[in-house]
Amino acid sequence: MSAMNTQGRPTRPDAVVSADSAPATFSGNRALHLEEKLIFEKDSAGRSGVDLPEPPPVANRLGGLARGEAVGLPGLSEPQVVRHYTRLSQKNYAIDAGLFPLGSCTMKHNPRLNERMARLPGFADLHPMQPESTIQGALQVMQQLSHWIMTLTGMPAVALSPGAGAHGELTGMAAIRAALEARGEAGKRRKVLVPDSAHGTNPATAAALGFQVSGIAEDDTGRVDLKAFEASLGDDVAAIMLTNPNTCGVFEYDIRRIADALHEAGGYFYCDGANFNAIVGRVRPGDLGIDAMHLNLHKTFSTPHGGGGPGSGPVVYSEALAPFAPVPRIQKNADGSLSLVEQAAGDAAQAFGRVKGFHGQMGMFVRALTYMLSHGSDGLRQVAEDAVLNANYLKARLKGEFSLPYGDTGPCMHEVLFDDTFLKGTGVSTLDFAKAMIDEGFHPMTMYFPLVVHGAMLIEPTETETKAALDEFADSLLGLAKAAKSGDTDRFTQAPRFSPRRRLDETQAARKPVLRWQAG
Amino acid sequence: MANERYTEDHEWVRISGDIATCGISDYAQEQLGDVVYVELPEIGRIVSAKDEIAVVESVKAASDIYAPVSGEVVAINDAVEEDPETVNRDALGKGWLFKIKLTDAGEADELMDEASYEDFVQGLDE
Repeated sequence: MSAMNTQGRPTRPDAVVSADSAPATFSGNRALHLEEKLIFEKDSAGRSGVDLPEPPPVANRLGGLARGEAVGLPGLSEPQVVRHYTRLSQKNYAIDAGLFPLGSCTMKHNPRLNERMARLPGFADLHPMQPESTIQGALQVMQQLSHWIMTLTGMPAVALSPGAGAHGELTGMAAIRAALEARGEAGKRRKVLVPDSAHGTNPATAAALGFQVSGIAEDDTGRVDLKAFEASLGDDVAAIMLTNPNTCGVFEYDIRRIADALHEAGGYFYCDGANFNAIVGRVRPGDLGIDAMHLNLHKTFSTPHGGGGPGSGPVVYSEALAPFAPVPRIQKNADGSLSLVEQAAGDAAQAFGRVKGFHGQMGMFVRALTYMLSHGSDGLRQVAEDAVLNANYLKARLKGEFSLPYGDTGPCMHEVLFDDTFLKGTGVSTLDFAKAMIDEGFHPMTMYFPLVVHGAMLIEPTETETKAALDEFADSLLGLAKAAKSGDTDRFTQAPRFSPRRRLDETQAARKPVLRWQAG
Repeated sequence: MANERYTEDHEWVRISGDIATCGISDYAQEQLGDVVYVELPEIGRIVSAKDEIAVVESVKAASDIYAPVSGEVVAINDAVEEDPETVNRDALGKGWLFKIKLTDAGEADELMDEASYEDFVQGLDE
């Protein structure tokens, strides 16, 4: 037994009895797996990490609306707070901890250089109400970022302000609505075509702007069914919202034909740029006939995602839509200085309005521009190439055990889509498979999306993973697939076994959510 | 019983006089998984067949439900809004979603009968 040390004690985790049958510890902790109570359960009334003087009595005009009772914040010391959140963060999986293969999310590494630049006091300590003369450097960053975005997309205008991808969609589609209003056709053109494989935010955006959503089926390669598309064109169509590459992980080859037919019918072309990572530096959306597209800076341009964000979703516009782009816009003055156009007047008279307070996510602009400048145009091209290469490498390694919903019809783009055919008859569902991946130490891939594929598993490795990391991931997945087929069902239905919590009751969480802590 | 008719979008309809009771098929509830939320139409709404009329949300996905037939919504099943699980437990019975007063009594005849629907579902699973 080489797994024992010289004192005869096991050295390998798998040489020990399984976690389930191991004797319980007295603390409830399991080494570095620390059991952590809710912060409210650690409350000690009157304890505080800061010591502030009592505020002097002040007159207010809140009348009966003034809060009469305590806010209810728990009382904790500073070290208690630090440990609490550090412990929680150690339970979390993050891109800094490992491969994060969520399809359509582009969970790539966030370069540390970006962070360093964003923390420069000249950026980090700005206040949005400062006089323009004191923020010329920040405005230059915005202008230079705009230049890069317009160059990479081949589009003549950009609005930097949207705060996320879906917000960018709304900003793009709002310009389309404004253009239709200017043409006097807003009442007639009410329909927005959305392929069945679209991101859920696309139909939601169209509906939020008062459009009617009309689905288009996909063909047997996972692309838009051209016949169905052409049949749905008419003078009631406002726009199409298409993602390219789409969520089946394939490029829409007929995109020019789609754009031409749509334009001929008087509609506008919105492209969801969530998957721009696959084509940046290789394809310019402006050459494809696109009228508006958002970019997720937190995907393609490596700024942090979600809770680590905020997100940022600049929108590019074609000549036809540029006049309707929202304010603020950056303007170069006669003396060479930069200023922000804040009002829909003058050159910006047709702007449909504004979508966000102030100027957008300045910290993300700095990070994204840092990423662009540090990669250069050739580096960005390689981003797309490596993202596609990595996805195809995984596809090649996995396709023998996994099932491709549309057959092996050629290379995929930056993500590879499998369905659950390979699990048929095993008693293992896509969800079970994903939970078993947690035991293997990986974040699961995107599951059950796109909806057009049964039991979908959408894997996007991104370009920032090494071949060794991809191999480790593929080996685990192949092992799991073989285990499922050989009847090792418990490995899946019992998963996750090694996580701080086991299988959660998602159904009860949705049906009877408990959203507020209450003293027991 | 078993006089339900089915759509390709997995809704069922049962006709009694000029009233069509509608819901989602057992296959649909099984595919969706645990239903957690149901949004039903307003009573009095006039719908055409294939209009989006309701939403059924499960732990996996939110799905639009289409009107299987044309007419006026005359009743909705409040019980499934309160307790969405009913759709999983008894999709063809207590899990009905809404009732439509038919404009065209013959419209449902064009939908699939149970045997054809079973064949249709079989085809999907292959």
